[in-house]
Amino acid sequence: MIFIYASDDTALELATAAETLFPGEKRIAIGTKCNELLAYFDEVWSLGEFYPNAELLRPLLTAIVPSGSIVLLPHNTFGLDLGPGLSVKLGAAYVPDVVGFDGIEGATLKAVRQEYAGQVSAHVHCDISRGAVITIRSGIFRAAEPSKTGQLIDHSAAVAGITPRRRFVELIQAESGDVDITKEEVLVSVGRGIGDKENLALVEELSEAMGAALACSRPIVDAKWLDKPRQVGTSGQTVKPKVYLALGISGSFQHLGGIKGNPFLLAVNKNPKAPIFQAASVGVVADLVEFLPVLTEKVRAAK
Amino acid sequence: MEILVCVKRVPDSAENEISVSSDGRDIKREDLVYSVNEWDNYAVEEAIQIVEREGGNVTVVSIGDAGAEEIVRREMAMGANQGVLITDPAFEGSDGLGTAKVLKAAANRAKYDLILTGAQADDGAGQVGGMLAALLDWPYASLVNRIERKDDATLRIGREIEGGNQEINDIDTPCVLSIQTGINEPRYVGIRGIRKVASLEVPVLDSAALGVNDAGAAAAKVRRVDYFVPELGAGAEMLEGSTEELADKVVGLLKAKGAIK
Repeated sequence: MIFIYASDDTALELATAAETLFPGEKRIAIGTKCNELLAYFDEVWSLGEFYPNAELLRPLLTAIVPSGSIVLLPHNTFGLDLGPGLSVKLGAAYVPDVVGFDGIEGATLKAVRQEYAGQVSAHVHCDISRGAVITIRSGIFRAAEPSKTGQLIDHSAAVAGITPRRRFVELIQAESGDVDITKEEVLVSVGRGIGDKENLALVEELSEAMGAALACSRPIVDAKWLDKPRQVGTSGQTVKPKVYLALGISGSFQHLGGIKGNPFLLAVNKNPKAPIFQAASVGVVADLVEFLPVLTEKVRAAK
Repeated sequence: MEILVCVKRVPDSAENEISVSSDGRDIKREDLVYSVNEWDNYAVEEAIQIVEREGGNVTVVSIGDAGAEEIVRREMAMGANQGVLITDPAFEGSDGLGTAKVLKAAANRAKYDLILTGAQADDGAGQVGGMLAALLDWPYASLVNRIERKDDATLRIGREIEGGNQEINDIDTPCVLSIQTGINEPRYVGIRGIRKVASLEVPVLDSAALGVNDAGAAAAKVRRVDYFVPELGAGAEMLEGSTEELADKVVGLLKAKGAIK
């Protein structure tokens, strides 16, 4: 049996991942609000309605998921919270952030992962004889089409006996700033490759010359060089520009996950192996400190 | 608070072009710049700040070789009170669970109120903290970007979730937290700070001292077979030329796309 924890809209991608791994195998969705998934799963186990606190769900799932099962989770902030400990409690193997499957031989699952911020990939073999908890990167599998008439099973009673040692208090929405990069058609976005804070002026000059908004990747916000509302990525803003200029951005999946709408993506990076060049439309290998002043000058001349 | 922080020495993926060795069994290790895993460095800073507020001690532990000792000493120069190095060839090839078992044994050598790890390291797995918590049967929270005290037995913590939103939780101690970057501003460590801790003893523990015989390659359920560079789809069209020529081409493209107003 293959279980999917349905935490968000990745559940349909996980259904496809399940079908890819174990074609025809009975697949079951578990979640707090997942009744709408009956068209995609053989069974839907409803836990009732409560905030999906991993410290509550882990003992709950350990109690109701049969040992030896395969459990698929999204590789997001929820899966990262729940998955590693769940694998320990189930006595199952843990395979995080899978970006592909190469099939199963006996009790060996063959998967593909990435390491070093996406610069290299790795083939991974996993002993699933006692089950596995696998987290799947979003966007790898297409969403499943409705093909089932599943049975809804109420497991909400299982929650009652559990006193979690971590309790959800509240959600705090991200601050909004003076700029809304989600509405911009052209973004000039800067990453760690800019090197020093004083070099940021080079990017600001270019964005001003272009009349474009300034955005950035996570390390720039971590360093407090720009404010959080300018951050593009899964932990920041999701943007839909027509043109995205990525300057010194390596191209982690978390960053690329915040860029939607298939823009014209032009990347400048001094590392020719930077993963951003896999996603970009056009690439330039250059040192930003050298390249940006020349580019800004030529942009001004072209107006 | 008695705080244990788990740190790892990694090739700095921001500073290095990572490529695959000729036999595919490893990355090319020559000329790599190594440093403390970025997330772990934030975790150490956070632990130091907690102890500065509340009192207590910060202990840094790392699994690795002599290079890992340098990392431990660097974090001691930052302000960690003590360091422990775990070195044993028997632990090589451990999967995440193996690493967590070794750290559990290290954690059980003293009475800690809090264990911090980085949210992830070079392999991007983000697994060891959660596994360690499960093995210890302590509560866990990942991607923590804020820690405050609520009362004697409880911390109020923020987790960074999608969209930059923050999930606030109360968590009982002892607990394990994995730390997200940006939670603080890690202090600078200068050469003088490193010199000051150079004579301090860093105890070295092996599998016998820890009583761990079920980590390492033989016990691993998950093992990496090889590294490879994937066959790319189209990928980017790479522009060539001098700086001037490249800038001209970029301006031409941006103009054609209406990106210069």
